[in-house]
Amino acid sequence: MSGIDRRLFVAGAGAALIGAVGKAATSGGSTSGTITLPFANGTRPLVSLPGKREMILLTSRPPQLETPFSVFNDGLLTPNDAFFVRYHLSGLPTDIDPRRFRLAIGGHVEKPLQIGLESLRRDFPVSEIVAVNQCSGNSRGFVTPRVAGGQLGNGAMGNARWQGVALKHLLAKAGVRAGAAQVTFNGLDNPPADGIADFVKALDIDHALDGEVMVAFAMNGEELPFLNGYPLRLVVPGFFGTYWVKHLHEINVVDAEFDGYWMKTAYRIPDNDCRCAEPGIKPDKTVPIARFNVRSFLTSHQDGAAIGAGRTTELRGIAFSGGDPVKRVLVSPDNGQNWQEAKLGEYLGRYSFREWKLGMTLAKGRHALRVRAETQGGETQPMEPRWQPSGYMRNVVETINVEAL
Amino acid sequence: MKAKSLFIGLGLLAVAAGGVTWTLMDRETGPDIVAARMEPVSYPLPEEAIPAELSDTEAEIVVNNCTACHSLEYITTQPRGMGDKFWNDEVTKMAKVYGAPVEPGDAEAIAKLLAERFG
Repeated sequence: MSGIDRRLFVAGAGAALIGAVGKAATSGGSTSGTITLPFANGTRPLVSLPGKREMILLTSRPPQLETPFSVFNDGLLTPNDAFFVRYHLSGLPTDIDPRRFRLAIGGHVEKPLQIGLESLRRDFPVSEIVAVNQCSGNSRGFVTPRVAGGQLGNGAMGNARWQGVALKHLLAKAGVRAGAAQVTFNGLDNPPADGIADFVKALDIDHALDGEVMVAFAMNGEELPFLNGYPLRLVVPGFFGTYWVKHLHEINVVDAEFDGYWMKTAYRIPDNDCRCAEPGIKPDKTVPIARFNVRSFLTSHQDGAAIGAGRTTELRGIAFSGGDPVKRVLVSPDNGQNWQEAKLGEYLGRYSFREWKLGMTLAKGRHALRVRAETQGGETQPMEPRWQPSGYMRNVVETINVEAL
Repeated sequence: MKAKSLFIGLGLLAVAAGGVTWTLMDRETGPDIVAARMEPVSYPLPEEAIPAELSDTEAEIVVNNCTACHSLEYITTQPRGMGDKFWNDEVTKMAKVYGAPVEPGDAEAIAKLLAERFG
């Protein structure tokens, strides 16, 4: 299967072709310059793939794109053409016929279903929810000591208005049988070779039926972009992106805990209160990754920015959590010694980015700004980073150095 | 809501404070439900490069094995100076955990070359 359509060329001016040239005559993307993320070996090409604006290329096959951070200062919703892309398996479903596409719902149910894209829109209640999707390994490139995996900056996250059908309506139509334990989700993307585990994720049955978990067909008022899961993807508000299965086509109710590779072995986190481990040491006990921890960012100013001394500078940023609403955002002008409370912006629901703003006056010189969010339940961000072997869940209080001139 | 709160423990506050998070779409008053375009969709995948660091004959074993499953940025974007064990662990993970079709002898040679080039 692999190798047939592969188009390889040697990087650089020569671009000598080796191996087979694929059937597609046109390039799937164009490259224009590079960006250097602020960690060692952080230089990445900027590319424009079909349906996407210029984004940070992590890998070509499967395609993985990071959102340039400046996009988060443009608005609360992340535009579809700038929304990050993460895949696990390189067998992408590059040809999809929406007329023939069916979402299958089966397993431990009374009546298995095959639902087409028009029926999904017509025969079930359609709802919208604004929710952040964030990769488990967002910010992994900053993890110290460094760990293996996708070396991402802070741009593997995005906030969108998702439109679709709550999973509970689909499961109700199929009729969940007594004894159901979990629901599994599979997409059209496939492993590149036999013996490699297909990407299948599972949620507990109560979670699947909570009315918030959604089978989405649109984001921000348009059909899902191909690279974000066309024609359907699972939306799991407050949960890390690994559960937001793209190109979703199979939903199975199971009567025991699902033990596939991507639940039992991958995407595990330390089973302790801090969700952390001593650097370099594998935790004894792990559980599947689940909800986001609370995070906040300054988006109006980059690290190293120059601002005016002695007059008010408007600082702006975003905060979000795993569902416990953000109660306040504090900003420190002096590396955490003193804190000022920011003003929160429009509330789009507890799973959305929340904007914050604060006018701050700084004297001439260098200043380390810190940004810290707190939820209503009292969860907050640590001043020092916590560490996980897989580099998941980074949520340290961010530091942005500015110079007032 | 009450019954739900019993189960979600810490989430109680979130539910109480946050209220309903989703909006039901009204087919009469709109806004419109996003329609499905029913024409077939094809997506052209991006080209991929063999990075200069792996474009020589000696590195063919890496190119031939690793590109069976993924492009080579998976290797070159990893942190540098991580030592032999890092690369050994990675190659072992690909073969043993993911089940990538790599011959045991090749796995050793791949790990060695990657450790030499990328530390």
